[in-house]
Amino acid sequence: MTAYLLRRIGTSIIVLIGISIFIFLLLHEIYPSPARDVLGLRANNAQVAAWNKQYGFDDPVIVQYLRYMKGLLLHGNLGYSYSENQTVASLFAERVARSAYLSFMSLFLAILIALPLGIFQAVKRNSLGDNVATSLAFILYSMPVFFLGIILIQVFAISFPIFNFEASQSTDVWTVIGDWHSMFLPILTLTLLTVANFSRYMRSSSIDVLAQDYIKVARAKGLPERLVRSRHLVRNASLPMITLIGLFLPALLAGNLIIETLFNYQGLGLLFYESLSKADYPVLLAYTLIGAVFVVVGNLVADFALTVADPRIRLA
Amino acid sequence: MAHGSASPPSLDLTRAPEGGEVLTIQSGWRLAVREFASNRLAVVGVGILVFFVVFCFLGPLVYHSNLLQTDLINAHDPPGAGHPLGTDENGFDVLGELMKGGQAALEIGFFAAFVAITIGALVGAVAGLVGGIVDSTLMRIVDIFLSIPFLFIVLILAVRYGASVLSLSLVIGGFSWQVPARLIRGEVLTIRERDFVAAARTAGSGNGRLIGRHLLPNAFGVIIVNVTFQVADAILAVSYVGFLGFGLHYPNLDWGDMISDGVGYMQDGYWWLIYPVGVCIVLTVMSLNFIGDALRDSLDVRLRRR
Repeated sequence: MTAYLLRRIGTSIIVLIGISIFIFLLLHEIYPSPARDVLGLRANNAQVAAWNKQYGFDDPVIVQYLRYMKGLLLHGNLGYSYSENQTVASLFAERVARSAYLSFMSLFLAILIALPLGIFQAVKRNSLGDNVATSLAFILYSMPVFFLGIILIQVFAISFPIFNFEASQSTDVWTVIGDWHSMFLPILTLTLLTVANFSRYMRSSSIDVLAQDYIKVARAKGLPERLVRSRHLVRNASLPMITLIGLFLPALLAGNLIIETLFNYQGLGLLFYESLSKADYPVLLAYTLIGAVFVVVGNLVADFALTVADPRIRLA
Repeated sequence: MAHGSASPPSLDLTRAPEGGEVLTIQSGWRLAVREFASNRLAVVGVGILVFFVVFCFLGPLVYHSNLLQTDLINAHDPPGAGHPLGTDENGFDVLGELMKGGQAALEIGFFAAFVAITIGALVGAVAGLVGGIVDSTLMRIVDIFLSIPFLFIVLILAVRYGASVLSLSLVIGGFSWQVPARLIRGEVLTIRERDFVAAARTAGSGNGRLIGRHLLPNAFGVIIVNVTFQVADAILAVSYVGFLGFGLHYPNLDWGDMISDGVGYMQDGYWWLIYPVGVCIVLTVMSLNFIGDALRDSLDVRLRRR
């Protein structure tokens, strides 16, 4: 297993290097230098060239890439945002707690709901409950995230003013966590969509497990149905959930982006949107790189967790 | 006894020699189509999709609306005479906007899927057929593209390059080819072991001909299922880009754009700016998902009823 571990880590490092090169080159192509933004529109070419020379933006791309990587890996320097006049790292640090709360709370609730839901759907297969759940899930994942958010806002914040239509504007993450009135709808939207995506896989994996021979054996030797379910079904049907979480990270990041924009939640997603509008490319570069790192690391961790949880894979 | 006028007994293929019925030979495609047609959701899906294509592309020929000149006196009219779905903030008719936005959504959806499947098929087929170091390199490249968060990179490129149907399709398709590449590579790995491939090679066909004439046509089932889901995902991606305001600009428009304009008026109760568009998006994507699921079921031999 150690060999597998090392091989996977090696591949992941190669992939990460490849991603960083690709994204850096792409963004450098789009936005070679912030000189024009810093100096203003009336700067002439000589001033721009001098600025570029001073700050190292006229070096060959490779040199700039290596410098950026060195700053990133050795000093944690994510770049500098000229339009915000702050380091990118500090911009992120301001907002990361709030975004993390949104994502992890939704993920946690989604797992809490999708796991029993998938098992229920498999056990009561083709019943009314199963069909209703499947149809709802189908509609939900055919829907763009923002439309679900809009419907929820309309129903729960405008027509029946139960919750707030805007997410919590507080800068302190503990206030945000305590502010259920404002945070309920954003979290609910992301949770519902995640559940809809998870439940497809959970349902089919639970159905597969129920068809296995060891379930037949357990029943044949007289094990009560509830023990069959709790001892065999739940454990085995949960395994794909581990891979799903890893695979679903990109969608979680993207969902964050849309929901924060819709609910005006001052998180990393809204930062990305604002940077797009202002063409603040240092932030965009750092954001995309970190997002990619999350995806790769997430998949790696999911792979390992699956290997630990499922002995069949370990011995294969 | 010699029967001079006897003719050789005719071969009746619909009767077995010992009596009883024999089914006429059915090709694989006929069975798949039959399986598909028996799935009610799939038929509904095809119906909805055809409806939207007709509605978006032929509708404007029947229902004329002015989407170029603002008419601020009639802005924000609720559904009523002359405007079945009301008007938006510029006085444009919402129903006409739905048709125009739908044109963009469908065009981008299908073209992006085409781009994705073309790149994916080439990469997957070459990787699967040639194998070795080419395969490993190509799969690493696939891994790299898979790990880039799709929405972020698409948004960055759309802001910079894409305010047209063509560029949006290229951007979306250019980052959606990884999954078809993996799928087609898997199919090619299976198909290339078959006898007809060996026969073709012996007859002297090179790799290009093998891919184009033998491998890809036999992977057609996987390809067509994936194309359907690609179109659905592309339409969703366009709606996200449009919602954030980075999609098509005046005088063009897309559905996501319409919703983002409408969201500002939610508190005012102008529901016709939001819900008809949203329902259109959901129905289109759902119909494509129905079709894709049914295609996948009908082309999977193991699930077929014999």
